[in-house]
Amino acid sequence: MKALQRIALGLALSAAALAASGCASITPVRPWEKGILAKPEMTFEGDTLDLMFTEHILASREGAAGGTGAGGGGCGCY
Amino acid sequence: MRKQIVAVALGIALSVSALAIEVGQSAPEIQLPGRSGAIKLSELKGKAVYLDFWASWCGPCKQSFPWMNEMQAKYGAKGLQVLAVNLDQKPEDATGFLQQTKVDFLIAMDPVGQSAQKYNVKGMPSSLLIGRDGKVTVVHTGFNAASKAELERAIVAALEAGK
Repeated sequence: MKALQRIALGLALSAAALAASGCASITPVRPWEKGILAKPEMTFEGDTLDLMFTEHILASREGAAGGTGAGGGGCGCY
Repeated sequence: MRKQIVAVALGIALSVSALAIEVGQSAPEIQLPGRSGAIKLSELKGKAVYLDFWASWCGPCKQSFPWMNEMQAKYGAKGLQVLAVNLDQKPEDATGFLQQTKVDFLIAMDPVGQSAQKYNVKGMPSSLLIGRDGKVTVVHTGFNAASKAELERAIVAALEAGK
């Protein structure tokens, strides 16, 4: 019984280690690689002005910035 | 068990990105093809270098071009060299942009982004001011009207310092 538990623990630990190292291999898109993300068709909304208002509300009310397309002004600053 | 801990620690260590360039540090070498011949940052030693990282798709970068022309014209004789490294992944995007834009300073092409990686560019545009001694004096991200005055002051200071 104890041996079984130990095996289970070992398995769980190695699974966790694998999962953790898996995350390490994901490299986020670097600021200079956002050329395609900066295209207008990559934004959620079609209208730039509308998007700007949404961004403004999110930034001023929630302190949030970025996440829509390539960042605040479409420049990939965030 | 211990091996697993080592593996996890290694994974975390690898995921931490390269260290940022800090003020006072000597500027890492840049060696890239330019528009006419190769460009080497170390060859500009003795001059204050305004190093800019830009891409054609980046709005604020576009806005900084007239200002960089102005700075080159105003302080070039006093020892300033503006060097703008293009980071477009498609080089033809850059050439298209450069055909429509007046550029009176050095342009280097880096479609792979090796220099950006070296300098750990955090946003676009990013710029650094490198003193005549090759040491970084300013690290700046983004570009707007407020940047202009701040950066010009730093340029004047860097030109004065190396005399």
